[in-house]
Amino acid sequence: MRWRFVFSEMMIGFRRNLSMTVATILTIWIALTGLGAAWLMHQQTNATKDYWFGKIQISVFLTKDVTQPERDAIRSQLQSLPQVDQVYYESKQEAWIHFKEQFKSVPQLVKNTDPSALPESYRVKLKDPKKFQIVASAVQDMPGVDQVAAEAQALKKIFRLLGGLQNVMLIVAAAVLLASVLLIFNNVRLAAFSRRRETGIMRLVGASDVYIQAPFILEITTAAFIGGVLASAAMFAIKALIVDHGLKSAFGGILTYIGWDAVWGTIPYLLLAGVLIAAVTAFGTLQRYLRV
Amino acid sequence: MIRFESVTKLYPSSARPALDGVTVDIEKGEFVFLVGQSGSGKSTFLRLVLKEEKPSRGQIWVAGKELSRLSHWKVPALRRQIGTVFQDFRLLPNKTVRENVAFALEVIGKPRHTIAQVVPEVLDLVGLAGKEDRMPDELSGGEQQRVAVARAFVNRPMILLADEPTGNLDPSTSVGIMRLLDRINRTGTTVVMATHDSHIVDSMRRRVIELEGGKVTRDQSRGVYGYAR
Repeated sequence: MRWRFVFSEMMIGFRRNLSMTVATILTIWIALTGLGAAWLMHQQTNATKDYWFGKIQISVFLTKDVTQPERDAIRSQLQSLPQVDQVYYESKQEAWIHFKEQFKSVPQLVKNTDPSALPESYRVKLKDPKKFQIVASAVQDMPGVDQVAAEAQALKKIFRLLGGLQNVMLIVAAAVLLASVLLIFNNVRLAAFSRRRETGIMRLVGASDVYIQAPFILEITTAAFIGGVLASAAMFAIKALIVDHGLKSAFGGILTYIGWDAVWGTIPYLLLAGVLIAAVTAFGTLQRYLRV
Repeated sequence: MIRFESVTKLYPSSARPALDGVTVDIEKGEFVFLVGQSGSGKSTFLRLVLKEEKPSRGQIWVAGKELSRLSHWKVPALRRQIGTVFQDFRLLPNKTVRENVAFALEVIGKPRHTIAQVVPEVLDLVGLAGKEDRMPDELSGGEQQRVAVARAFVNRPMILLADEPTGNLDPSTSVGIMRLLDRINRTGTTVVMATHDSHIVDSMRRRVIELEGGKVTRDQSRGVYGYAR
């Protein structure tokens, strides 16, 4: 294989179809950005779920004047439910310790809070976090129960938001991906047509399929690779702007956030996806429009 | 070198066969004229030798290989043993004379030093020494055809196919091209030339195979273009 020759043929092709190549780079960029963003959203949702579902899902706060028989009745009611995995008791003192821990960044709040104002509670871990409604309704009207807080409910909104964002990204990505496949198809067909004189002679003098097709495939996969690099840059922008800036300021410390490692992790897949889509489409097009 | 055995070629668009039971045997080193009117099957004959088409019936041997048993990926190797020249030259307009000839070697992966050595030799052989850096549109028709012959011959093929190589040239230029083909034939290369040109056929006195409606109507060593013409 004389790579210098193949490479120079590829560069001739690049110059010849410059506008089409730029269009290919741009659509691949947008398509892969959509795919990558959807993947990041998915990971963000999982990170949040892992964080939350590993912890207490329901808090049953007790009234200030709760009696010992009432406490026992609530505990045994909770423990009798099949959806419940474990029940922890949190006294007023423990509640104060956790409160101080949670708000240590806001000393003013800790200072102004009366330790006795914090209620004692049962912290309930569920076998299936989605079944919190059944457990909540089973205990919320019992004497001694002040209120049942299902934190999972608040999280549902976040999950819905992330899920929605993810679906929008996927739809956009699918549409643009289809557009880029069609564009590559046209681009390669056009290139094959404009170079039919060269390829005709190549076939005639006995050039192998690889030699004839390599410049076309290299040309389009290089364009796709550039699109993949641009999409990778977009991943960093999404992490910085949407995750760190948008989500963190909206939801603060109640979520865990994907780190830069998740961003780095998507990049090889984006580059690979771009190159594979381009190579497969180009190869398929050439089988049809560049018969040997 | 080339053997056709009861070869019939039908194109889907036509009810009449392009070749109809053709049996021909061309020996190594022969010079053969393929004559006949347009549509008589000359071009189909050449395309079958190159395996650009498959015969509908019958068998074809080229350089000792039966073509229907030659797998797809071995076709390039077959074509490297065959040089081809056309009426319309088929040069690359944006490459110089030297680059046009070198292209045929580059695309089959020949090393640079071989190309640098072989290309000037073949350009000298076809009489284009000193015109290596011209573009095709700066050359006369005869010179362009010489470039095409150089490109067809640069890899020293065993067979040279020429499809109306003098069809676009005036008679005196045609004589020059025929001399060149004759010289190539003397190196041992089998030459098969499809032509309309009766003067050339009559003056060369080589083997003549005449096709009419896809059938061989005459196969004559040291023949002329036609009896009644």
